[in-house]
Amino acid sequence: MEQRGRSFYVLGAFFGLFVLFLYGPIITIGVLSFQGPQGGLTFPMNGTSLHWFRDLFEQQAVGDIWGSFRRSLALALMVMVTTVVVSVLGGLAFRKRFRGSGALFYLAIASLVIPSILVSLGVGLIFNQLGFRVHWASSGYGSQLTWTLPFGLLIMFAVFNRFDKSYEEAARDQGASPWQTFAHVVLPIIAPSLLGVALFGFTLSYDEFARTLLTAGSYNTLPLEIFGMTTNVTSPVIYALGTLTTVFSLLVIGLFFLVVWLIERSKARKAAAPVRRPNTRRAG
Amino acid sequence: MLRSKDTILAWIQAAPLAVVLLGFLVAPIIMIVIVSFWGATEYSIYPDFQFDNYAFLLTSPVTYTVFFNTFKYALITWAFTLTIGFTVAYFLAFELRSLKWQIALFLICTIPFWTSNIIRMISWIPFLGRNGIANQTLISWGVIDEPLDWLLFSDFSVILAFVHLYTLFMVVPIFNSMMRIDRSLIEAARDSGATGFQTLWNVIIPLCKPGIMIGTIFVVTLVMGDFITVRFMSGSQRANVGRLISNDISLLQYPSASATAVVLLCTVLLVIAILLRFVDIRKEL
Repeated sequence: MEQRGRSFYVLGAFFGLFVLFLYGPIITIGVLSFQGPQGGLTFPMNGTSLHWFRDLFEQQAVGDIWGSFRRSLALALMVMVTTVVVSVLGGLAFRKRFRGSGALFYLAIASLVIPSILVSLGVGLIFNQLGFRVHWASSGYGSQLTWTLPFGLLIMFAVFNRFDKSYEEAARDQGASPWQTFAHVVLPIIAPSLLGVALFGFTLSYDEFARTLLTAGSYNTLPLEIFGMTTNVTSPVIYALGTLTTVFSLLVIGLFFLVVWLIERSKARKAAAPVRRPNTRRAG
Repeated sequence: MLRSKDTILAWIQAAPLAVVLLGFLVAPIIMIVIVSFWGATEYSIYPDFQFDNYAFLLTSPVTYTVFFNTFKYALITWAFTLTIGFTVAYFLAFELRSLKWQIALFLICTIPFWTSNIIRMISWIPFLGRNGIANQTLISWGVIDEPLDWLLFSDFSVILAFVHLYTLFMVVPIFNSMMRIDRSLIEAARDSGATGFQTLWNVIIPLCKPGIMIGTIFVVTLVMGDFITVRFMSGSQRANVGRLISNDISLLQYPSASATAVVLLCTVLLVIAILLRFVDIRKEL
């Protein structure tokens, strides 16, 4: 094995600093959320306590954060399921050249780069002029999809660009219908990537702010609620909330990776096990 | 026969995507363009066809300052995210030798992307405040006598937050480009006597150009369209175009907000059109 050059250690140190830069602040507020009841927004710690976490469970201290958490969770699940289904369908469509595919592709890219506030403003205006009430589950849901779908679609592009078509051909040659080919051949192969799409759909929705701002209506989602707090809450309770919701996000991310790992492991096991011949289609 | 059946199936599969994008992207933008010609009273808006909103926008000196600020944030953030992002991606792609480590460290870089941006902004307060960690440390080291005021609620904190939030958008596409570089090209460069720097400049950077361009498009458009980071990290003391729009919205001046939004949209699209001349995105996935 080649000796590690000096560049490895220099760049490694740079990388270490970058990781510190990424995680340092969030770890800091994690620590500060355990401030004592008299503690302030910065160090030194004035004792340690769970005071600020307890505050989160009292309505009058923080407003309706649990309601907004439930709404964010429901919305994130809705957006996640929709993103997976629509992205897979879109990915399948783009494997065939169809008329309008170029336009649709650029529309999806445009959806990523157009400033979020335009979506928020435009959807809000349409709902107002049509006399519909904006609500997180209708206008908010649609606005968030314009952010999560392009990510899902890009992942599906990456997946299908690397997909070995001979699996499908083999299935077709053995008489599988298009649906069977999809359900029993394509889907199992792309399943881990679908979990990736789901992860994007869930987390991007759960944390989305700009597109939901004018489209959530009178019931706030959690990020909107947190943003409201930043203007009038000046105690570590906001750190406690930040810590809790970050821990929740990390658990969700961890869960997705655990499932991917389990799927891969069971696949590896199946591949290692002796092939069982299906006892169908016996000559009779 | 088979062809047309395939096409119809593709259309059916693409339909949900198209419906969402038409309903929640194209239609809203058309609506914004329409409303940008409308008039407004203090508490309502009415259909009209007038250019007052644009006239006011384009003759106000505030507009130019704010657009200048927006470009300034985009350019400085771009320079930092590119430098940091490229270095990090280079370390991941070329200095690490096992795929396992590459994946693990890459994930460490991406996890913050899946957490809340607002929380990540808030988390800078204990660092940068007047009595924050940065000031306390610098004073205890004797570097400064008085706490620095410009750490929080300034251009500095705004750009710091942008770099913190968006460097990932550089790391991922550049890393992706680097992983596709055929390693034998680098060996060939070295065998022909190129120094490390020559290899970097003449081989690696040109081959990473698509990744750099995609990262650039992400970072520039995210920063140009932002309003929340500028508002929060500057304590409402700095302005960019996004804040101009959001201020108008909070005053219910939707036509004026729409006109600003249309100008912002044109600016962003123009920037992207220039950047896209350098790369074919679809080939890079």
